[in-house]
Amino acid sequence: MSILDAKVPAGPIEKKWSEHKDHIRLVNPANKRRIDIIVVGTGLAGASAASSLAEMGYNVKSFCYQDSSRRAHSIAAQGGINAAKNYPNDGDSIYRLFYDTLKGGDYRARESNTWRLAEVSASIIDQCVAQGVPFARDYGGLLDNRSFGGALVSRTFYARGQTGQQLLLGAYSALMRQVGKGKVKMYDRHEMQDLVVVDGKARGIIARNLVTGELERHGAHAVLLCTGGYGNVFFLSTNAMGSNVTAAWKAHKRGAYMANPCYTQIHPTCIPVSGDHQSKLTLMSESLRNDGRIWVPKKLEDAKAIQEGKKKGSDIAEDDRDYYLERRYPSFGNLVPRDVASRAAKERCDAGFGVNKTGEAVYLDFASAIERYGKLEANVNHIDNPSAEKIRELGMKVVSEKYGNLFDMYENIVGENAYVHAMKIYPAVHYTMGGLWVDYNLQSTVPGMYVLGEANFSDHGANRLGASALMQGLADGYFILPYTIADQLSGEIRTGPIKTDTAEFVEAEKSVRERIDKFFSTKGTEPVDHFHKRLGKVMWEKCGMARNAKGLQEGIEEIRKIREDFWANVRVPGKPNELNQELEKAGRVADFLELGELMCKDALIRNESCGGHFREEYQTEEGEALRDDANYAFVGAWEWTGEPGNDVLHKEKLEFEALKLSQRSYK
Amino acid sequence: MGNMKLTLKIWRQAGPSAKGAMVDYPVTDISEDMSFLEMLDVLNDKLVREGQEPVAFDHDCREGICGACSLFIDGRPHGPSRHITTCQLHMRKFKDGDVIHVEPWRSGSFPIIKDLVVDRGAFDRIQAAGGFVSVNTNGNLVDANAMPIPKPESDKAFDAAACIGCGACVAACPNSSAMLFVAAKVSQYALLPQGRPEAKERALNMVEQMDKEGFGNCSNIGACEIECPKDISLENIARLNREYLGASVAKE
Repeated sequence: MSILDAKVPAGPIEKKWSEHKDHIRLVNPANKRRIDIIVVGTGLAGASAASSLAEMGYNVKSFCYQDSSRRAHSIAAQGGINAAKNYPNDGDSIYRLFYDTLKGGDYRARESNTWRLAEVSASIIDQCVAQGVPFARDYGGLLDNRSFGGALVSRTFYARGQTGQQLLLGAYSALMRQVGKGKVKMYDRHEMQDLVVVDGKARGIIARNLVTGELERHGAHAVLLCTGGYGNVFFLSTNAMGSNVTAAWKAHKRGAYMANPCYTQIHPTCIPVSGDHQSKLTLMSESLRNDGRIWVPKKLEDAKAIQEGKKKGSDIAEDDRDYYLERRYPSFGNLVPRDVASRAAKERCDAGFGVNKTGEAVYLDFASAIERYGKLEANVNHIDNPSAEKIRELGMKVVSEKYGNLFDMYENIVGENAYVHAMKIYPAVHYTMGGLWVDYNLQSTVPGMYVLGEANFSDHGANRLGASALMQGLADGYFILPYTIADQLSGEIRTGPIKTDTAEFVEAEKSVRERIDKFFSTKGTEPVDHFHKRLGKVMWEKCGMARNAKGLQEGIEEIRKIREDFWANVRVPGKPNELNQELEKAGRVADFLELGELMCKDALIRNESCGGHFREEYQTEEGEALRDDANYAFVGAWEWTGEPGNDVLHKEKLEFEALKLSQRSYK
Repeated sequence: MGNMKLTLKIWRQAGPSAKGAMVDYPVTDISEDMSFLEMLDVLNDKLVREGQEPVAFDHDCREGICGACSLFIDGRPHGPSRHITTCQLHMRKFKDGDVIHVEPWRSGSFPIIKDLVVDRGAFDRIQAAGGFVSVNTNGNLVDANAMPIPKPESDKAFDAAACIGCGACVAACPNSSAMLFVAAKVSQYALLPQGRPEAKERALNMVEQMDKEGFGNCSNIGACEIECPKDISLENIARLNREYLGASVAKE
């Protein structure tokens, strides 16, 4: 085990970034034209980085597995993006955004990165508005804000329930502009299959053309992974069906350390699972917690009657409802952070108070918001003594304007009108805070390879606050990486184009081809999904919302068995040299089967609870996460040593200068 | 598991130049809570187990926003319901015993790659021709609130910006016109002050690329608006025509 150096610049926290930028090495404009950069992934981080680097003059190759770069899963983010603009004049500042983010992450993030994120947040909004991103505005034409979990200010900018879409399309338009100019060469329907390392430096990738099946070698002076998170290791998650860990995992096997893989975010407000056929879960934006109140019945007999279909939520009298978040956390109420809200829902459902037939759902109720808004609207419109019906009608209109698309989405999936019946929700896997280890420059342990956005580990600690993922993706891509990468690239101006006929490229391509051949030669009987579902079930039960040592050890054993079974019995139909979606899935699941074990291992060595990592053995009397700062204030970064399960742990000690460690409280 | 039995008639085509055909597939045990794509997952699971080739189709987010899914179901893009994508269509819209036709988007500008998967790269190329505001990444821009934008214009721009680029408009149009797609992008920027400086070139360049890609002309049928999962209005086409006309006149 070694101690990892994040190369955080010296000096007071508020000066680190500007001082660092002032002293970083630069590449002159003429030399930028001689440097090639590969960007894998076209979500917020990838698209913003690729377009920014191309604008600066670098030659960029951009890759995505989707049929168009516009479809990366950032597009599905609903609620919003945080920025310390303080437009509502409620006392927000860089410090407060930093403080909320670090505390929200249960003090397991790197302090200097979190500060930098808060520091550049305001520029993101300026940039996006300049690009024509249609953020929500008030009647005066100025930008509107709303509140998200874990904050006592309103700092979340939004575009109805489609903030991710609008931000991504903004970044995509910037990317397409560079494609049109020929500064970015776009490779869609391409999936990275391996990282090529030459003389210890990342020098390119092997990509599979998903249409022809051809394996391609691409060389570059630097490789950026902007490939998102690995939530699909759970099979069911709010990730897109294609979201995967393959690029990151292959980089891990080539020397990039994987940090804190056990930190996963289970989002409290998702549509509950309806049956075995389920292929993915759908999020209901956290913004709904601005107005929706979460509750279950107070009495077990009421919960039972609801589970059996004999009663409905509306049959339960106000006094018989347990608004458990408001009860347990009076100061943050329904807007506690995600990990806290999810665990509280699980606690009530485990105790038997769930409100659907599986007993795994709680209500998210808009009745009181509808009434409150209805009365307000009646006043605004000078309607005297409005009837209850009129108030409801007016209130529904307001709620529909704010969240209409979410209510429609809910009705499509569940077949129930949430304006009439309280929504039913349950936690689901949503985001992964863990990821490839990076230093302050976002460089991984493989020199020349950088990791941005959800794919890295650095800014959110053990739990991410709502509306911070969009912020981080764009911060990394627009305002951080384009500066920090020059430090490395300034040494590459005489390197010349990277040749792809070297032994390293040949070897990497060969290993990719061999694995593909192995899938076809297995000739088993079970489709890929069969194994993925089994893996997902183990991960959810043993390494999900609550973990314990015994369960994690069992989980490791079970994953090993599934992995063996996979390689003996998987059936991949068709051929390698064609569009073959089963082959694509097989490659991704094979990697998840190795990652899953590492996640359990990481959770097992972390003998404390923090954020999304809740070890049942370590909790306060009130059931809150119990950290152990003396022994676990470190980043756990794992080094691949040749076989799954044999990773070696390295530590980056987390130093806190600006903030004192304290127990996280939302009471 | 549910108990619906259905007959699917699905377009199968091995590759871009292969000859395609509709093939019948019975499916059983379909639950009304399944999404349409989950129903296809059930079919594919069965096909793989039987040693047959599963049906290829594009899909990703499965929550109606990425725009990947693109099935022509019983003669309509994204199926019988309005304002949703294929992935949001659920089996409760069908009944036991139904025969369901599933085809890819049909347009010369969206060549078939395999089965139900088509190449929509033309949309990216149209976007690259002008679907942007020419502003570089820059940490020293003016404050976002320095330029108030009246809410009505901002809302209209948003309505246009909601386009997911799925191509249903093209698939719905007897002329294979991409006018609604192009109009949505041109409108979003034309309605915002940030987009005005380049409004003319944008309209000209995007329309030029659209024509180059071989999309047909708009003859005001309106099927695109009806089938658009995001309810993009025909008003945008009127706006595009105004922008284009104005730009053409100014050019000469």
